Amino acid sequence: MMLDGTEDEEKFLAAGIAGLQQNAFYMHRALDSNNLRDALKYSAQMLSELRTSKLSPHKYYELYMRAFDQLRRLEIFFQEETRRGCSIIDLYELVQHAGNILPRLYLLCTVGSVYIKSKEAPAKDVLKDLVEMCRGIQNPVRGLFLRSYLSQISRDKLPDIGSEYEGDSDTVTDAVEFVLQNFTEMNKLWVRMQHQGPARDKERREKERSELRDLVGKNLHVLSQIEGVDLEMYKDIVLPRVLEQVVNCKDEIAQFYLMDCIIQVFPDVYHLQTLDILLGACPQLQPSVDVKIVLSQLMERLSNYAASSAEVLPEFLQVEAFSKFSSAISKVIEAQPDMPTVGVVTLYSSLLTFTLHVHSDRLDYADQVLGACVKKLSGKGKIEDSRATKQIVALLSAPLEKYNDIVTALKLSNYPRVMEYLDIPTNKVMAGVIIQSMMKNRTRISTSDKVEALFELIKGLLKDSDGTPTDELDEDDFQEEQNSVARLIQMLYNEEPEDMFKIIDTVRKHILTGGPKRLPFTVPPLVFSSLKLVRQLQGQDENPFGDDTATTPKKIFQLLNQTIETLSAVPAPELALRLYLLCAEAANDSDLEPVAYEFFTQAYILYEEEISDSRSQITALHLIIGTLQRMHVFGVENRDTLTHKATGYSAKLLKKPDQCRAVYACSHLFWVDDHDDLKDGERVLLCLKRALRIANAAQQMSNAARGSTGSVMLFIEILNKYLYFFEKGNPQVNVAAIQGLIELIMTEMQSDTTTADPAADAFLASTLRYIQFQKQKGGVVGEKYEPIKV
Amino acid sequence: MNFLAGAFKPPCKISISLADGGARKKVPLKKENGQSVMVPLFHSQENIVGEVIIEPLYGKKVEHNGVKIELLGQIELYFDRGNFYDFTSLVRELDVPGDLYERKTYPFEFSTVEMPYESYNGVNIRLRYVLKVTISRNFVPNIVEYLDFVIIYSVVGVRNYSPPPAINNSIKMEVGIEDCLHIEFEYSKSKYHLKDVIIGKIYFLLVRIKIKNMELEIRRRESTGSGTNTYVETETLAKFELMDGAPVRGESIPIRLFLSPYELTPTYRNINNKFSVKYFLNLVLVDDEDRRYFKQQEFQLYRLLENP
Repeated sequence: MMLDGTEDEEKFLAAGIAGLQQNAFYMHRALDSNNLRDALKYSAQMLSELRTSKLSPHKYYELYMRAFDQLRRLEIFFQEETRRGCSIIDLYELVQHAGNILPRLYLLCTVGSVYIKSKEAPAKDVLKDLVEMCRGIQNPVRGLFLRSYLSQISRDKLPDIGSEYEGDSDTVTDAVEFVLQNFTEMNKLWVRMQHQGPARDKERREKERSELRDLVGKNLHVLSQIEGVDLEMYKDIVLPRVLEQVVNCKDEIAQFYLMDCIIQVFPDVYHLQTLDILLGACPQLQPSVDVKIVLSQLMERLSNYAASSAEVLPEFLQVEAFSKFSSAISKVIEAQPDMPTVGVVTLYSSLLTFTLHVHSDRLDYADQVLGACVKKLSGKGKIEDSRATKQIVALLSAPLEKYNDIVTALKLSNYPRVMEYLDIPTNKVMAGVIIQSMMKNRTRISTSDKVEALFELIKGLLKDSDGTPTDELDEDDFQEEQNSVARLIQMLYNEEPEDMFKIIDTVRKHILTGGPKRLPFTVPPLVFSSLKLVRQLQGQDENPFGDDTATTPKKIFQLLNQTIETLSAVPAPELALRLYLLCAEAANDSDLEPVAYEFFTQAYILYEEEISDSRSQITALHLIIGTLQRMHVFGVENRDTLTHKATGYSAKLLKKPDQCRAVYACSHLFWVDDHDDLKDGERVLLCLKRALRIANAAQQMSNAARGSTGSVMLFIEILNKYLYFFEKGNPQVNVAAIQGLIELIMTEMQSDTTTADPAADAFLASTLRYIQFQKQKGGVVGEKYEPIKV
Repeated sequence: MNFLAGAFKPPCKISISLADGGARKKVPLKKENGQSVMVPLFHSQENIVGEVIIEPLYGKKVEHNGVKIELLGQIELYFDRGNFYDFTSLVRELDVPGDLYERKTYPFEFSTVEMPYESYNGVNIRLRYVLKVTISRNFVPNIVEYLDFVIIYSVVGVRNYSPPPAINNSIKMEVGIEDCLHIEFEYSKSKYHLKDVIIGKIYFLLVRIKIKNMELEIRRRESTGSGTNTYVETETLAKFELMDGAPVRGESIPIRLFLSPYELTPTYRNINNKFSVKYFLNLVLVDDEDRRYFKQQEFQLYRLLENP
């Protein structure tokens, strides 16, 4: 059906164009021979093609444009005709002899245009006559196009101030009256389309109407172009008249479109000075009109206007733009109880944007907006509608974007209250936005109060909300979120240790509620922050006032201890162990032996009780050894205990090679270069020998199990340790021992049972090269190495 | 052939010419055969002066029983063909019986002739004025020549006729079909001259039908005879579209109809007890299904003196 319809339409259009062009041809011939009578006859016939009812507005437009072009020709002809002595008044009458009204009126407008140009009658009289006569076309489409033609030919002939057609003192009023009348009639026709024809065509009609809307809106554009329309006139005549028409037409499409037009075509200054009138019309619109978009656009425009220049801001204050918008919005919301949440939020979002632009110094306004929004949302529970949540995110993002500073947003007491209405995922998104904003702007939060407020905002990320379906969480997203939280924690900083400590305390309080999944992400940054503070304190005299309440490293360590402890609940023993060791090292630097010892103890306990995987054990053990080696705060006893334990753990590793490596690593525990009291050559050697034994055992085991002794790698590694201590001057490590080891290795390498291992060969070769090199160096080192034979 | 044909041809040529023939205004007149000829225009009580020239052919002798010229005002009713009613008949004898050998000129004059009616050419009726020259002959048919001329009345400027209407009320009326259509229309005047323009408006009080368009027609009604023999013929002289599309309640549509393009005559009342011509404005509304709703109103037409 539909297809036939459009095919038919094409046919009708083609026929219309053909008819039009044929008559246009005859018309041209008449024009060329200056035959007025024929010109009128054929032009009327040509214009008769526009009488069709068979075309949709879109196609009708095509036909209209062709006729329009022809009428331009005709107008020139009429002008020439008057120059040849034909009275324009006679012409004006002559064209009215046409029997059909539509061609008659097109011709009348065309001659009217020449009439005005001739200035034989005041422009206002001719225009008034034309706009009055056009009432004869009551068919919406034809009427709209005819009046659009009238508007087109008259727009440069309005009796505007400064125009050559300017009339007497009321000349602008005349111009405005004309345009207003044409606008009113066009709008009436346009609205009428909606009510004609069967109800089932409603959709098509609305589409057609929207195709025609620009014809109506153009009038407003013309109005805005009239020079003589100053603010006063706009306020007293133009706007009230236009709005009267808009409100009274009671048509959804027209009201929405025209409100938009008004906002777009007239200058911002005018809007600002007529806010009362404009906003007063909004609640009077049909309930189905999307007032929120209208208002939003108005606010957006004015926001941009405000942003354009600081000089205009006083105007906003003068007209109390904010309070006017604010009350208009609440009126609209009241008037439309069925407005969906998304609408409400959009309105407030626009108002907020407006406020931020115009009254950037008035945080209380922004807070007021948020408060009003909360009030409207209250009782609705979490918002389910995704568009509404999107709008809330926009609403909440606005202050962040404006101030580039979360600190300001934190002052808005209603901010978190609005966030509460977001569903959980969106809440998280919003929190993410906040953090992103901070990252981008390198915002520093420097008081615990603000931290408190901030964490209140992003609590969606910090802990599980009640009833969160945790299983649905995407692991990657979760990590992303938590990483951003971690980054955030790093950004909380205050130079004052006291304040910083408070911040840390606050952060700690919040992150500890985060549950086992979050702690591994949030605890490390907190620990690092704290350690940073510790280091800062080291630079100062410790506790200069002897004040108990002052922040001391000790206090921080206590806090850290408790914090890391929470990881056991996760459990994340490896992480906790690392953190303990870090703390221990920091404590070492702060000369707090008991604290350091305590941390080590915790680490050992974790090692013993929690870390059972052998690979983890190796890593952990090496960490312990490495850290312990650097500790210098311990007394002999404590150190003994700890090193003893460490060597003990080494020997208890599962795999022989691992044991071997751990044991020779332990040798370093007895030899700390900078501390003479920590050089125990004997025990170093003991360790190394023990390592050799284990290596040997490992080979034998391998031999027994696989028939080959495996690599000599371990031996070479031990050789290197020997060389290290030899060089460091450990008296227990002597040439003989080294010589023996080298020979052992050589023998092993030549043994049939040894598996060839290129890596081991290379390692050995370079080790031997090193010895050679040291020998050739001469001097003390060279002498020392001299006895070693390779 | 020529010779033979010549035998039945009138033996002389008659031509009638008017004294101010060249200067006098001429107007078109439709003849029976449908062609228009230009004929001189007179007003009532003008002098009709001119001359008749009779020119025998080939020096032939024309024998006659006298030559006369008549001025006739005739009403011709087509359905009563052949019947002329002469309401005016004036005769001037031009020559006594005798023979004509050569071209001869006879001047004539009808002074301040009372010609009470305008010439009129309607569907059923013709009112015409004619100058008729007759050469009476014995045994053979008379030789006759006619000259048509046209009489019009101009109300203004001619003493004897009624001045422009002193009372000229507007025509205003509210009509409608109950619960369907209710309109109010107004024509600015009830009497218009022939080059006048009808100004008015139609106001829609109630519209419940789907109107497609609206037009104003000018209708002319000729009525002849009287009593049971009354014969009425109506023709539509103008169709002027006033509105395109369907109006809604409260719309007011302007009327501006120029009368000059149409071939109108003044309203004639009971001309010589033979006929009347009346004019009507017919307002027609056409609905979607081509039903016509109309209201007819008589209006009067009169003639203004042109170029007084």
